[in-house]
This record gives sequence, structure tokens and C-alpha cells, in this order.
Amino acid sequence: MNTAVPTQVSGCPACAASPAAEALAEQSKSGDARILLSLPTIHCSGCISAVERGLLAHPGVKSARVNLTLKRASIEAAPDVEAGDLIKALDGVGYTAHELDRGLLSATENDKAGRDLLMRLAVAGFAAMNVMLLSVAIWSGAEAATRDLFHWISAAIALPTIAFSAQPFFKNAMRALSVRRLNMDVPISLAILLAAGMSLFETTQSGEHAYFDAALSLTFFLLAGRYLDHRTRAVARSAAEELAALEVPRATRLTGETEEVVAIAELAVGDLVRVKPGGRMPVDGIVTEGTSEIDRSLLTGETLPVFAGIGQSVSAGEVNLTGPLTLKVTAAGEDSSLHVMADLVAMAESSKNRYTSLADRAAQIYAPGVHLLAFVAFAGWLWISGGDVRLALNIAVAVLIITCPCALGLAVPAVTTAASGQLFRKGMLIKDGTALERLAEIDTVVFDKTGTLTEGRPELTNLNDHDIKDLEVALALAEGSSHPLAVALVDALNEANVKAATVTDLKEVPGYGIEARFCGMPVRLGRAAWVDAEASEMTATYLSVGKASPVSFTFVDRLRAGAEQAVAELKAQGKTVHLISGDTPAAVQAMAERLGIENWVAEALPEEKASAIGAVTRAGARVLMVGDGLNDTAALAAAHVSISPATALDAARVASDIVLLGVDLAPLAEATVIAEKSVSRIRENFGIAVVYNLIAVPIALLGFATPLAAALAMSLSSISVSLNALRLR
Amino acid sequence: MEMLVYLIPISLFLGGLGLAAFFWALKSHQYDDPEGDSQRILSPDWEEEPRP
Repeated sequence: MNTAVPTQVSGCPACAASPAAEALAEQSKSGDARILLSLPTIHCSGCISAVERGLLAHPGVKSARVNLTLKRASIEAAPDVEAGDLIKALDGVGYTAHELDRGLLSATENDKAGRDLLMRLAVAGFAAMNVMLLSVAIWSGAEAATRDLFHWISAAIALPTIAFSAQPFFKNAMRALSVRRLNMDVPISLAILLAAGMSLFETTQSGEHAYFDAALSLTFFLLAGRYLDHRTRAVARSAAEELAALEVPRATRLTGETEEVVAIAELAVGDLVRVKPGGRMPVDGIVTEGTSEIDRSLLTGETLPVFAGIGQSVSAGEVNLTGPLTLKVTAAGEDSSLHVMADLVAMAESSKNRYTSLADRAAQIYAPGVHLLAFVAFAGWLWISGGDVRLALNIAVAVLIITCPCALGLAVPAVTTAASGQLFRKGMLIKDGTALERLAEIDTVVFDKTGTLTEGRPELTNLNDHDIKDLEVALALAEGSSHPLAVALVDALNEANVKAATVTDLKEVPGYGIEARFCGMPVRLGRAAWVDAEASEMTATYLSVGKASPVSFTFVDRLRAGAEQAVAELKAQGKTVHLISGDTPAAVQAMAERLGIENWVAEALPEEKASAIGAVTRAGARVLMVGDGLNDTAALAAAHVSISPATALDAARVASDIVLLGVDLAPLAEATVIAEKSVSRIRENFGIAVVYNLIAVPIALLGFATPLAAALAMSLSSISVSLNALRLR
Repeated sequence: MEMLVYLIPISLFLGGLGLAAFFWALKSHQYDDPEGDSQRILSPDWEEEPRP
């Protein structure tokens, strides 16, 4: 296979989407790097060409191929091309991209199990079609030798097909029986095997009724349901892996004079690690060199940056803002504070795992019922006919085939596939199979503030309170820094058409602010204590010009796009909305009033968030938690169902059931509507299946069921269930 | 009725041909990106020569 790859690539660009294994083999030959990017926002053919053109224009890129189904791009490039550069290049043409860890993804890329199921499905479909054609001749009155011939040909097609295609059911049934339990696959396997065995016996006796077509179409329809189910699960699993891979964790280790980039797993306690401004702390540690400010909003929800100097301890996940820091590692990987919360999460998770899905509840009633009914039919007819085993067995097989959960096997997967496809198009990834059902049940929504309702990006609020001269000086100073408050100030002032004053000797003092000389006077922009200003409770930066008293620039966190709409629509749906944040009361109250949320809690610790959700749950509410920070993780796991944005810390994304890929929050309200609709479709589907059974089972029990009736009942119920599921679109 | 001796094998052979074609398509990764392929066919981009 490997040798075929180069010719395939050159001969047919459409075949270039070769799987990881082949590309890896090729990579080891040529020394090229293969980079995988996740592209959550692509959706059309224009996007494909724009992204591919954008990537190919980048020097060193040899080939780029977008996979729209998985929303990924795989790139072959010279070894010196960094994923970061490509992400920047794509940002330039207007697409967000994240790097994916190839090692984690290779397993899902070659979806062996899915292909295996598809192949069994194809074989079953092919055999069912042919046997059905032969059966049509029998139903329309073929007799004697012709009927026997057709039965024998059917048997020749059906028996090997059943042996191959129905294996997944047999295996599952064996597994369940070996631990002395019943599952859906037991009646399925029994029906298929009994039908095939019975029909073979009838054929040898030149009997009138053979159920080969029914056994095959049963296999076919059930495999179709199984395949849909597998695909939804595979997408969910690959999503979970994709999220784990989103942040490829690396750190810059200092050994003597040299710096090297290593994986976090390789770090040991006592190592020295350099964190550049704008970088995230990879580990827990103590600052040994440098001063800076750190943003802890992801961990605590505070929006105000905190000063960091020598001796200050920092936690993994915090963002370094202004100056380079050297850390001495105190805890790495599994021991770091990012993982300490795992216990809390695990505790909350175990309560959620007790949720039984609709399909499981149906199966619990159904599987014993089917066996009982077939046995009753067998025993009853044995007694009525006075010991005619052949007749009794024939009727029992007919009952098994007709009651077999063909439509039930399709009822749930068809709906969840349609619904999760629809949600994916709106930018939501469902990570958990039962999340959709749980989402449909919620009546209370709890939001986190920082990073969830807001973008975690500050916005200037008091532009008009200042002299134009102060503004000009502030702009000149702020332009010299990449601190988020400075960047926000520059954005706001540029928008107001302020011209920067001319300053000299500009220099940034990491951890404090920026200073310069303006018309011979010293000017400073930075932390309150540093410019001799009174610190206010709001997020603010302060400007002092010469001896004049300092002025403050206050900021609020910018609202996330669609936040207002999402809250308003959720309230219109009659859901109770809460806001629980770790930020200061002033900031939380302002946000709650802006969005019209009456119930808010400020300065909540992570445990308090989780226990607040526990309290609401005990009061009888089903809670949807929307959050992004480490402080939300326990709460996300404790809630009935949880959603986190893709910008969230990995711990939060892992704990949540659904991930919002885009920036916009507006799809949130639609998602609950889609979930409710899909659950009612699942219920309808169960209803349809039950109605078919109510009509067909008495006929079968009375012994009037012919193979034709069985084939009709099965196909009609399966098709109507699938069509009902598709109405969701 | 003797025609059946020919017709049934022929119909099975033709059906098997379709099945084999499906296997080939499955093995050559043509089901990896169904959505992307349906969009690409409408793409106005084209190249004089296949990419190296």
C-alpha cells in the first residue's frame, strides 16, 4: 500500500487524503512534517478553496487537503514549517484553526470498526436484495420444483451471508449470555438463527414457508441502525480526542545556558521553565526570575491581572502577560493544580453515569417480553395442535421475526445521527451519547461569567471622562505594550481617532506598566500602586502625567457575541437562568443587570459552584451548566448536562458533554429546541414500532403470518421510523 | 423455465459486480469525506497539471 501512495497523489489529487499510517511511512522517508489542523468554522466549497489556497501560498507547504466532513486540514510541509505559522496564515484569510496532535488522532482516522460494519452492511444488503427477488417469485405463486429450487438458491445466498454479516450480533449476544444477562442482541440473534435454521429444515422437507428473506432483511436493517449508531459514537469519540489534542502541551526548559522545547510529561520537579509573555503556565511553579502580571481568569474567574514577582507561586493554566518569567517546577503533569480537581470531577461524574438512555429503558422491557411471547406461541400451538413441533416452531419463529426490534434498533440511532449532524452544522459537538436526551430535559441554565458570557477581552468604558491630552499620552504609552488592557486601550483610542503624542525613552517595566518622558515630564501607565493612584474595584489601568494626580481608565469584559440573544431566548423558553462567577460582586452584578439575569452569585469558589448546582438539582431542577474555566469543571460535571466553549481549558472541555466550536453563544437556545424535538421524535418512533407490533403480533400468534407478512411488517416499520427521524432536518 | 439456469447466475454475477465496486470504493477512501467531495465538484478552481 505504501508504494502506491506517491503515484496516487500525483495521478489524482482527490485520492490524496491518505490515512495517517501511509503518510507517516512516507514522512519517515522524505523527512517532511505532517500537520493536522482543526478548522471549526469551515462550511462550504468557498472555504475549502480559500483554506487550501491560503495554506499552499505559505512557503514550505507541499500539499494541503481539507476534509470538510471532519472539519480538518492535513498538511504536508517541509520540516521547518511550524503549525503556529500556518494558524496565523489561516487567521489572515479569516479562519480559526487549532493544532491537533496526530498521535492521538491516528486511531480514529483509520476507522476500522466503521469500515468493517459498512462492509457487513453492504454484503447483507446485496444478499437481501437477491433473496427478496427470488421470494417475490415464490409469493406470486411458484410451486413444487421451482419453489424448491428458489428456496435452495436463497439458502445458498443467505446462510454464508448470515454467518458473515450477523457476527456483531452473535458476539454481543454471547458476551451478554456469558455473564447471564439479556440484551437486545439476544432476541435478534435468536430470531436470525432460528429463522435460518427453520427455513433450511423446511426447504429440505419441500415446505411452503421459508424465512430467508426475513432473516436477511432483519440483519440488514439492524446493521444499518448499528452503523448509524457507530458513526455518531465515532464522531463523538474523535471529538473528545480532538479536544484532548487541541492544546499540544509543550514547555521551554532551561538546562544551563540552553533552552529546549519539551513535552510537559518530560518535566520533573525542580526543572527551570521559561514562560514568554502571552504564554500559558505549563506547570505549577515558583517564580525565580523576572516580574510580570498574570491573568488567572481561567482558573478563578477574576478579570483583574495579578502581579507576579520572585517567590510568587503560579498555577498551570494561568497566562503570563508582560515580562518573561522563569519558573521552578513544583508540580507537573498529573500532580499540577490542573489535575487536582480531577477528584471533584470524578465524584460528580459517577452520579451522571447512572443516567439510563431511552433506548436502554426500552430494551429492558422489550428483550424479556419478546422471548416470553415467542415461548408462549410455541407452547400454546404445541398444545393446540396436539404435539406438532414443526407447526409450533414455525409460528414461534414468525413471532420472533415480527416482534424483533428492527424499528427499535433504528429508532434512536437514526434520530441522534440527524440531530447531532444538525447541531454540528450550528457549531456544537456532542461528546456524549446521552447528552442530547439530557439536554432535552433541562429547565434551569447556569452560566459562568468570565470567558463564557464574556470573551475574556476587556473593553474601555470611560473614554469620555478624559482630556484629549491624557488620551494622546495614554495611546503613545499603551502602543508600547502587548498587555491585554493596553491593547484594549489602543483599540478604543484608535477607534475614537485619537492621535498618539510624541514621547521619548519609552520602556516597559514588566509587572508594573509602561513609562516614558513627555515634554520633559515623566509619564507612567500601569498598576495603581506604581503610579501612586487609589486602586478601584473595577478592572482598570492608571495614567500619571508629571505631578498631576493620576487618572484611571476602567474596563469591562467584552460580551461574547450572541450572549444577550441566548439568555433572552432561554428565558423566553421558560427556563430559569442563573449566573455564578468567581469574579468580584461589582463586576458580576453589572453583567447580570446588563443581561437581565435575576439570580447571580459572585466570588464563588469551585466547590461552591458545584454545591450550588447540587442544591438546585435537589430542589428538583435539571441544570444545564455553561462554563469554561477550571473553577467551573466540578460544576460542569455535577450538572445534568454541560456545555463549554472551545476556548475553554481542556479540563473543562473534558468534563462537559457538548462543546461550542464557534465564538457565538446564540446556537445555545436553538440546541435545546433541537434536543427537545429529537427526543419527541425518538418517542414517536417507539410509538410507531409499538403500533406495528400491536397489529402484527396477534396475526403471528394466530398462525396467519406468512413470510410475505413478515417482510412487509419489517420493511414498513423500519422505513417509516427512518423517515420520521429525517423529518428533523 | 430453463432460462432460469442462465438468468439467476447472471443476475447474481451483476449484483456481485456492484458489491465488488462498493468494496473498491470503500478501500480507496472514497467515503472519508463525503461532504467535502460534494462541495469540491462545484469548485471553480482548477489546475493545468496535477500537483506534484
